[in-house]
Amino acid sequence: MALDKEDVTKIAHLARLQVADSEIEATTERLSSILGLIEQLEAAPTDGVEPMAHPTDAVQRLREDVVTETNHRDEYQQIAPATEGGLYLVPKVIE
Amino acid sequence: MHTKTLKALSNALAAGEVSSQELTRHFLDRIKQLDPGVNSFITVTEEQALAQAKAADEQRVAGNATALTGVPIAHKDIFCTRGVKTSCASKMLDNFIAPYNATVVEKMNDAGIVTLGKTNMDEFAMGSSNETSFYGPVKNPWNTDCVPGGSSGGSAAAVAARLAPAATGTDTGGSIRQPASLCGITGLKPTYGRVSRWGMIAFASSLDQAGPMTQTAEDAALLMNAMAGFDPKDSTSTDIEVPDYTADLNKPLDGLRIGLPKEFFEDGLDAGVGQVVQEAIALYEKLGATLVDIELPNTHLSIPAYYVVAPAEASSNLSRFDGVRFGYRCKDPLDLEDLYKRSRGEGFGEEVKRRIMIGTYALSAGYYDAYYLKAQKVRRLIKNDFDEAFKNVDVIMGPTSPNAGFKLGEKASDPVSMYLSDIYTISVNMAGLPGISIPAGLSNSLPVGLQIIGNYFDEARLLNVAHRYQQETDWHAQVPAAFV
Repeated sequence: MALDKEDVTKIAHLARLQVADSEIEATTERLSSILGLIEQLEAAPTDGVEPMAHPTDAVQRLREDVVTETNHRDEYQQIAPATEGGLYLVPKVIE
Repeated sequence: MHTKTLKALSNALAAGEVSSQELTRHFLDRIKQLDPGVNSFITVTEEQALAQAKAADEQRVAGNATALTGVPIAHKDIFCTRGVKTSCASKMLDNFIAPYNATVVEKMNDAGIVTLGKTNMDEFAMGSSNETSFYGPVKNPWNTDCVPGGSSGGSAAAVAARLAPAATGTDTGGSIRQPASLCGITGLKPTYGRVSRWGMIAFASSLDQAGPMTQTAEDAALLMNAMAGFDPKDSTSTDIEVPDYTADLNKPLDGLRIGLPKEFFEDGLDAGVGQVVQEAIALYEKLGATLVDIELPNTHLSIPAYYVVAPAEASSNLSRFDGVRFGYRCKDPLDLEDLYKRSRGEGFGEEVKRRIMIGTYALSAGYYDAYYLKAQKVRRLIKNDFDEAFKNVDVIMGPTSPNAGFKLGEKASDPVSMYLSDIYTISVNMAGLPGISIPAGLSNSLPVGLQIIGNYFDEARLLNVAHRYQQETDWHAQVPAAFV
């Protein structure tokens, strides 16, 4: 399926990616060629085939409901772009 | 000293012929002298390496040494290393100092292994040529006009140039085996779930697997002994016993049944590569193996299915890079949306953005069944092909890559042609099986790898089959002329 520029703008928004106007056309072309490759799947006969999520069909392990994580807040915040009083800072969201 | 295998270095350390500090300094000097022409390292951890080496020497004196105490290796820059930059070759993580060690790194540290540094790679492991790195492409030591393969191209090139005796890699669609093939080294992708993914920056979680990149199968076995095992911190880690991977290396191959999938020898395979692979298979026949023609009829669907599953999982995994808690943040964001969009738009490279967008599209409302669910069903078909084949054969053999190292820039502008270079490796990840690439010869003076695929958790047999070949040949011992 070929995408148009509008599709790409919408996908970029959903993915929260800035794509410059000057790059939209080339991006559209390349994404369309990748989707062209993916389209070969359509012809595959998959009626009644169980989708595969894990090679050995393992299921999610459960563990005791106890605290295992230790506190690393100060350490983790040292590598954050902006923090204050133990909180991560972002531009104002609520007026 | 630098041409010795890990096994030989381990013996030399045990015999007191060399100290870990001497060995580590030797490799650090080589990296300093020769890596500018290869670009295989992003970070060299000189100070830490020498401290680790000193501790290793002390451990040996105290009588507490393991087989690997004091041998130096390199880690792909996708593994978190505490206190050391862990960039995943992305501008997004250029400033990221990991606050903890990946389980793989932790286990290797516990075994007394010294870390020389962090190797270059395709950005977020997305690529087959190492050209998508924020830190520039890696050069193939056999011909520096050529790519080393990817995404673990830095690890492969470092081992090929003997700048490190061994390295770790990760393989989502061929990222250990394909660069191993193109650089003339041994690279093992274990069964999905065999080696912990914890602390390994996630690309496609249902496919990612870490493994060793070495000169020989014997060295890969030694490293697997240190790397493999159950990890409660990885929710898809498998809790089954880890064998001693060195135990069966010398087992004779009499009666070994080798499956040859006809789909691996059809159009698209370079003639020179095909010839090298046929010669390797002929040698196995001489060693007592029997050849069985098999079919893997859904092979052609593995690339299309992969380019749904991997980008879909990547788009979800990479949503954590948002400029808020760590990594790159754009200058002067206007509002929160601008912060997200510009941090990600400026922090990610082109290929990473393309895959995030493909994945976002495949998972978006109305398309999930047609893309992701369909791809997961096709994945089952691919797995069923292998299950059927392994009823009649012990291992499957063929080329690792359809071509030897191609020229830098040759495929960079055409993503689809780049994707097709993983045709023989991707189906193995889709099925979750183990596979190994070993050096089998040269085509136009560039290395060619033989791929051996095994059944689930049959790594010991792969290493045995690879080791026997390496007892009869010396392709794995050849070093590119500029690095002897």
